[in-house]
Amino acid sequence: MNPFSYVRPNSLKAAIDAMARDHSARFIAGGTNLLDLMKNGVTLPEKLIDINQLPLREIRQDGNTLHIGALVLNSDLAAHELVKTQHPLLSEALLAGASQQLRNMATVGGNMMQRTRCTYFYDTSMPCNKRQPNSGCGAIGGINRMHAIFGASDNCIAVHPSDMCVALAALDATVLVAGPKGERRIPFTDFHRLPGNTPQLDNNLAKNELITAVEIPPHPFTKHICYLKVRDRASYAFALVSVAVAMDISDNVIRNIRIAMGGVAHKPWRLPDAEKALTGKAPTSDNFRLAATIATQGAKTYAHNGFKKDLAFNSIQTALLKAATA
Amino acid sequence: MPQENKPSSVPPKKDKQEARRDFLKQSSAVMALALAPPLVLKAAQHDEAIAAVFEKMPVNLEINGKKMQLSVEPRVTLLDLLREQLALTGTKKGCDHGQCGACTVHVNGQRINSCLTLAVMQEGKKITTIEGLSNGDQLHPVQEAFIRHDGFQCGYCTPGQIMSAVACLHEGHAGSPEQIREFMSGNICRCGAYDNIVNAIMDVKNGGQTA
Ligand SMILES: Cc1cc2nc3c(=O)[nH]c(=O)nc-3n(C[C@H](O)[C@H](O)[C@H](O)COP(=O)(O)OP(=O)(O)OC[C@H]3O[C@@H](n4cnc5c(N)ncnc54)[C@H](O)[C@@H]3O)c2cc1C
Ligand code: SF4
Ligand code: FES
Ligand code: FES
Repeated sequence: MNPFSYVRPNSLKAAIDAMARDHSARFIAGGTNLLDLMKNGVTLPEKLIDINQLPLREIRQDGNTLHIGALVLNSDLAAHELVKTQHPLLSEALLAGASQQLRNMATVGGNMMQRTRCTYFYDTSMPCNKRQPNSGCGAIGGINRMHAIFGASDNCIAVHPSDMCVALAALDATVLVAGPKGERRIPFTDFHRLPGNTPQLDNNLAKNELITAVEIPPHPFTKHICYLKVRDRASYAFALVSVAVAMDISDNVIRNIRIAMGGVAHKPWRLPDAEKALTGKAPTSDNFRLAATIATQGAKTYAHNGFKKDLAFNSIQTALLKAATA
Repeated sequence: MPQENKPSSVPPKKDKQEARRDFLKQSSAVMALALAPPLVLKAAQHDEAIAAVFEKMPVNLEINGKKMQLSVEPRVTLLDLLREQLALTGTKKGCDHGQCGACTVHVNGQRINSCLTLAVMQEGKKITTIEGLSNGDQLHPVQEAFIRHDGFQCGYCTPGQIMSAVACLHEGHAGSPEQIREFMSGNICRCGAYDNIVNAIMDVKNGGQTA
């Protein structure tokens, strides 16, 4: 790794000030993505600001809202009683990610900020608009089996690799951030970006802002949920396609439903049209098939990822059926 | 090896592009060597802060029950500190990227990958490595079970497997062979000793009766 200086501030303000003074600096939380990128020469910060001393480790109930500090570990969050009982979709998604060792290091904020696993992004001798704007995209004409089928652009077809974020997008969470100008709140589904003409930007967090927490509002999704992750091996692999489903069923009618996908776009991909098509309908295979058709209509595939459209079509139906019968 | 966790895959045969890439990598390494000393000197003259970059920092750790006051460069991972500076070479470096689990150690009782954390980030923590698991000559029950069940062939992944297995049992994630497979998935074994590893863990879980 390149040499860098290291500071360990004790307060939020000191951390934000340290970043404001030095724009080549990076926050470090678990380190599981940042150090990997630094070893590969993809990110070369001159200073690391270790945020682990900040008081952002709390999980608490604020009225009906669950407040999750940005430094809560992925393993602790998955195992937390309030999460298991009230937000089981989040628990399932977390446990589908990485390994127990990595979940014991990975934080909520770091998970949201983790970068794409696109091979060309990692290989500094290849062109990549995300790593180096205007250098071209190695994946579009290259090997693109893992890449996006929704919302991509001519500049970048990378996917966001997180499982946790797919559940948080489905559960309409809110991101709390702090910066030099104070605090602001960002709806989770507006946090990550589509690549457009600025693939170097993964999300809407400003350089000198810090994620402090995520909040999940109350919802009725405690029973009929499913996080389905399809990957090249049974565990410890990134998603080819994943589907998060949460529904509320009474009297054989779907009253309320959320569907989001991972591994298919530059951000967690909500399926609003499919949700609309199923609301007020019976939870039948026919309706699920229709929803999956609607959801995959706009898919755009590349040389090696055509299978993802079929996989998405099938996975959406499977996840809906599993959630309905859970 | 855990190819799936490496960002997707590259063309299998060495085509022109790849040969060019190798060349670029080599030539840029040579360039870096040629340029490094004067650049560093120049930077140091102009900016005092750069000097701090190369300086070692104090870090206090308790390693296998022994309190240690150490001095490390910030860029040193916990794995490299253990192996290179403290000669605790039981902890292995497989991939150095979080993809294999060979470097698994316990920090305050929790298993982590020591290749993806900096030593300075562990200030004040208790680290346990494979060297700290046995009680003198008395092996830990998981170590004994691995021997009984042939839970290894070449042995390279074994320290990581054993540290992970001890934690897996502690966490209560060894309820069934399926659960063990899922919660031990962060430890790759190239020799494919998985079945015996699962048996060894089940054996300890069941009180050592099924040998
Ligand atoms: C082998 C392997 C397999 C994996 N498999 C999966 C998987 O299947 N599913 C999955 O979802 N993930 C997977 N991951 C990724 C893992 O979940 C992330 O690396 C992890 O969540 C990052 O969290 P961290 O705290 O370690 O972040 P760090 O590495 O510390 O930081 C990552 C980035 O976030 C920034 N950051 C951290 N905290 C904050 C904050 N509070 N505010 C602002 N910026 C911040 C840092 O500056 C840095 O740029 C895998 C990783 C590895 C190495
Ligand atoms: S898909 Fe995006 S991340 Fe991958 S090479 Fe193209 S620009 Fe870079
Ligand atoms: S050396 Fe492979 S996970 Fe750390
Ligand atoms: S025993 Fe050889 S890698 Fe596991």
